[in-house]
Amino acid sequence: MFEVTNMAFALPEMFMLAMACVILLVVAFLGKTAAGPAYMLSQLTLAITMVLIYQSMGETAGLTFDGTYIKDIFSDILKLAICALNIVVLIYSTSYLKERGLFKGEYYVLAIFSTLGMMIMVSAYHFLTLYLGLELMSLCLYAMVAMHRDSAVATEAAMKYFILGAIASGILLYGMSIIYGATGSLALTTIADTIQAGGIDNTVLSFGLVFLIIGIGFKLGAVPFHMWLPDVYHGAPTAVTLFIATAPKIAAFAMAMRLLVDGLGDAHQYWQDMVIMLSVLSMIIGNVVAIAQTNLKRMLAYSTISHIGFILLGILSGSQEGYAAAMFYALVYSLMSLGGFGMIILMSRHGFEADNIDDFKGLSSRNPWYALMMLILMFSMAGIPPLVGFYAKLTVIKSVVDINLMSVAVVAVVMSVIGAYYYLRIIKVMYFDKAIQHEVLQAPVDMRVMFSVNALTVFVLGIFPGSLLALCASVFS
Amino acid sequence: MITNFPLLSLIIWLPIIGGVAVLVNGDDNPWARPLSLLVSLLTLVLSIGLYTGFDNTTYQMQFVEHASWITSFNINYHLGIDGFSTPLIILTAFSTVIVVVAGWQVIEQRVSQYMAAFLIMSGLMIAVFAALDAILFYVFFEAMLIPLFLVIGIWGGPNRVYATIKFFLYTLFGSVFLLLALLYLHHVAGSFSILDYHDVALSMEEQFWLFLAFLIAFAVKVPMWPVHTWLPDAHVEAPTGGSVILAAITLKIGGYGLIRFALPITPDASLALDWLVIGLSLTAVVYIGFVALVQTDMKKLIAYSSIAHMGFVTLGLFIVFRIFANSATGSGAVLAVEGAMVQMISHGFIAAAMFLCVGVLYDRMHTREISAYGGVANTMPTFAGFAVFFAMANAGLPGTSGFVGEFMVILAAFQANFWFAFLAATTLILGAAYSLWMVKRVIFGEVANENVAKLEDINRREFWMLASLAIIILAIGLWPAPLTEVMHASVEHLLTQVSQSKI
Repeated sequence: MFEVTNMAFALPEMFMLAMACVILLVVAFLGKTAAGPAYMLSQLTLAITMVLIYQSMGETAGLTFDGTYIKDIFSDILKLAICALNIVVLIYSTSYLKERGLFKGEYYVLAIFSTLGMMIMVSAYHFLTLYLGLELMSLCLYAMVAMHRDSAVATEAAMKYFILGAIASGILLYGMSIIYGATGSLALTTIADTIQAGGIDNTVLSFGLVFLIIGIGFKLGAVPFHMWLPDVYHGAPTAVTLFIATAPKIAAFAMAMRLLVDGLGDAHQYWQDMVIMLSVLSMIIGNVVAIAQTNLKRMLAYSTISHIGFILLGILSGSQEGYAAAMFYALVYSLMSLGGFGMIILMSRHGFEADNIDDFKGLSSRNPWYALMMLILMFSMAGIPPLVGFYAKLTVIKSVVDINLMSVAVVAVVMSVIGAYYYLRIIKVMYFDKAIQHEVLQAPVDMRVMFSVNALTVFVLGIFPGSLLALCASVFS
Repeated sequence: MITNFPLLSLIIWLPIIGGVAVLVNGDDNPWARPLSLLVSLLTLVLSIGLYTGFDNTTYQMQFVEHASWITSFNINYHLGIDGFSTPLIILTAFSTVIVVVAGWQVIEQRVSQYMAAFLIMSGLMIAVFAALDAILFYVFFEAMLIPLFLVIGIWGGPNRVYATIKFFLYTLFGSVFLLLALLYLHHVAGSFSILDYHDVALSMEEQFWLFLAFLIAFAVKVPMWPVHTWLPDAHVEAPTGGSVILAAITLKIGGYGLIRFALPITPDASLALDWLVIGLSLTAVVYIGFVALVQTDMKKLIAYSSIAHMGFVTLGLFIVFRIFANSATGSGAVLAVEGAMVQMISHGFIAAAMFLCVGVLYDRMHTREISAYGGVANTMPTFAGFAVFFAMANAGLPGTSGFVGEFMVILAAFQANFWFAFLAATTLILGAAYSLWMVKRVIFGEVANENVAKLEDINRREFWMLASLAIIILAIGLWPAPLTEVMHASVEHLLTQVSQSKI
């Protein structure tokens, strides 16, 4: 069987690669003055890539590059989301970087290459392609965390991230090799067919699955493979934390879906219990430990862990509806997380990181508008209607109720109540406490507007969640 | 009458949009108060249209609106009212007017935010009573917590943060189990319509767990002993308006939830576990009655008296099973459920009035301690008249609405079990004791100190606020028929639902 390589399926990635090289050259030639042009070029690249993806969305889906690469509606939507998120991330981070002397062209080069890695992860239909995408993304992220060379915390975070990330990649590779041993192929289509046909050694298969799931757990940040996440989120410059906390989560979600559902969907019975453990532990540890945090970045890191637990709920259900719910949750989570870290950047200024919860004291009297926006984000993360976070929780919990896993559903809802406490604490600090400082916001206009749009999207999607839910449902029907 | 006119939607969204309009106008805007009053009055007038347009002869949902909302999950914007929700909606609209008037001069900081919070809350609560789609119901049920959380936390007393977080988490904890129950029912019934839930067949085990979920959710709201502890804290710390809404409406959502979900969806489990609810209700009536007696803080006393009075509501709803067991006709059952409903409405007005009275005193003296007062009647004679009247109503004086509901429930309880009636009737003594003893200590006697001596009597705003409540309390007390007629058909339908096994 030989199929013609359809280059058009990977057109957005090719464009992005070309542009990444252009930006790299620009940065190399302009040196210290390159940051401004690199920023503009990066935004342009992301925007045009979005257009390219959008234009090809109606076209036929299919495999290309000898079955290693796939273009389907799932990948199109997630790639659009990744590019859109990164456009906003770059807007948020630019003022932050400028004020701290980190406004360098390298940041943007790394950002674009990392975005390319994410897009390859989303479209990968072969173990090697997937691994390439993952490493391209991860290596850029390690470097971005370490960008603030003089900061001991950031360097420490980068080291932790790199070492643990490398171990995780190694474990993932090991898992892939065992599955290769069991099924005789690295291509997801062949693996799926082989498993469906039966007759393979299930012990070897589940042994490989264990390592695969550990690798996925590491990249997602699910308990007990979450240790790196709070330290990296806390230690990295907030602009980088913002970058790590949004689009890469979507890419990691896509990787989990490709491996577990597309490749090993028929081995559902073997991985379901493992994912249940990851999910339940993540919800419990993430929510409980978040209560004890005084640093907002750390708190949001633990809250991320708990949200990952919820996303896994949708995946473990093994139903079309559950996958759609998990996808909806991943999109909504990254939107909320974007706002949450965006708020920290918005409040920060030179020489002052607004990353302690106490820095938000009395915000509603100082800045009623931004306090309201943060209120929306926090209630949404807590899953209180009528905000979009509620529907995310609703749909994933519905998917586990529908397969009669009531005990897991009970853990999920109880943990969401515990989780509500620390989000309420932020609101309490903003609305009920007296201000200790009266300084004016210094964030530029584009950042302010973008942040307001971000939070209001969370609100509007909460009132009209129908279209996004329908879109996610259509992917899996 | 135009049947397609979306009156319910108008009543829900008018206060919400009005609230947002007040909010965006800013705090220094002199129009915040009049605009809020206008919006709340308009809502009240429109809600009376629900009453006049209501057909008493049928239990079917009326003023039904149906539109698709989230198509991929078949979640609909489905509204409709029956005999249970109509009076509660009017009560909500009325209470909001009272709250706006009560906060007119008292609230000086962030006026527009305060008014907006109550207007938005009013729309959300009306929507809770009108929602016929389970998810729609849940969305409003939870969304309502946000403004109340902010109201208590921003304008509340010294310990407000503790109280408001406790209130929020307590009620959230209850309601997440409701969500699970609703999702499970969707799994069984294949739709999110509450009316479909009523018809779905369920095994005893399923009913048992569903009933427990409903009970946790709504018992926290009612609140029933022993999950009542958030209420005294929330009441004491809340500003007067917050206390009024808490007592008048949010507690009723608990009772309404039992009527709308627990009884018709899980009748067999309700029958099997009626001892539990009856036991908790009687505990609330007797034990909480004694607890109220020893309170030194006026608001706390009224809060505990609310719990005791709400015990009558849950008692009335669940003795119907015993009545059915004892008599073939079950005529007492109608009395019990209608008594519970009347008690809810009546308590809404009386508790609101009592909290407003405390608010009037608090605005002048800035203390709620009973011991700080004494002889208020000497300096505030008009106010004293109202306060004594409301306390009498709270104690269940015949001729006031407080009497009607309690009397109906006690009368029905006799058909269930003599001892239920006996224990329930102790409230007549306990209620009189704590209400009148407080009145005696606060209102009568010699002028206790110079602060009391300097008190000024109520002004015209406060007079009309209290007078309107007094008139309604008397009206329902003397002539409850207009209230019971509205709900009669729905009550009978509910009783046929609970008497049919679903196994």
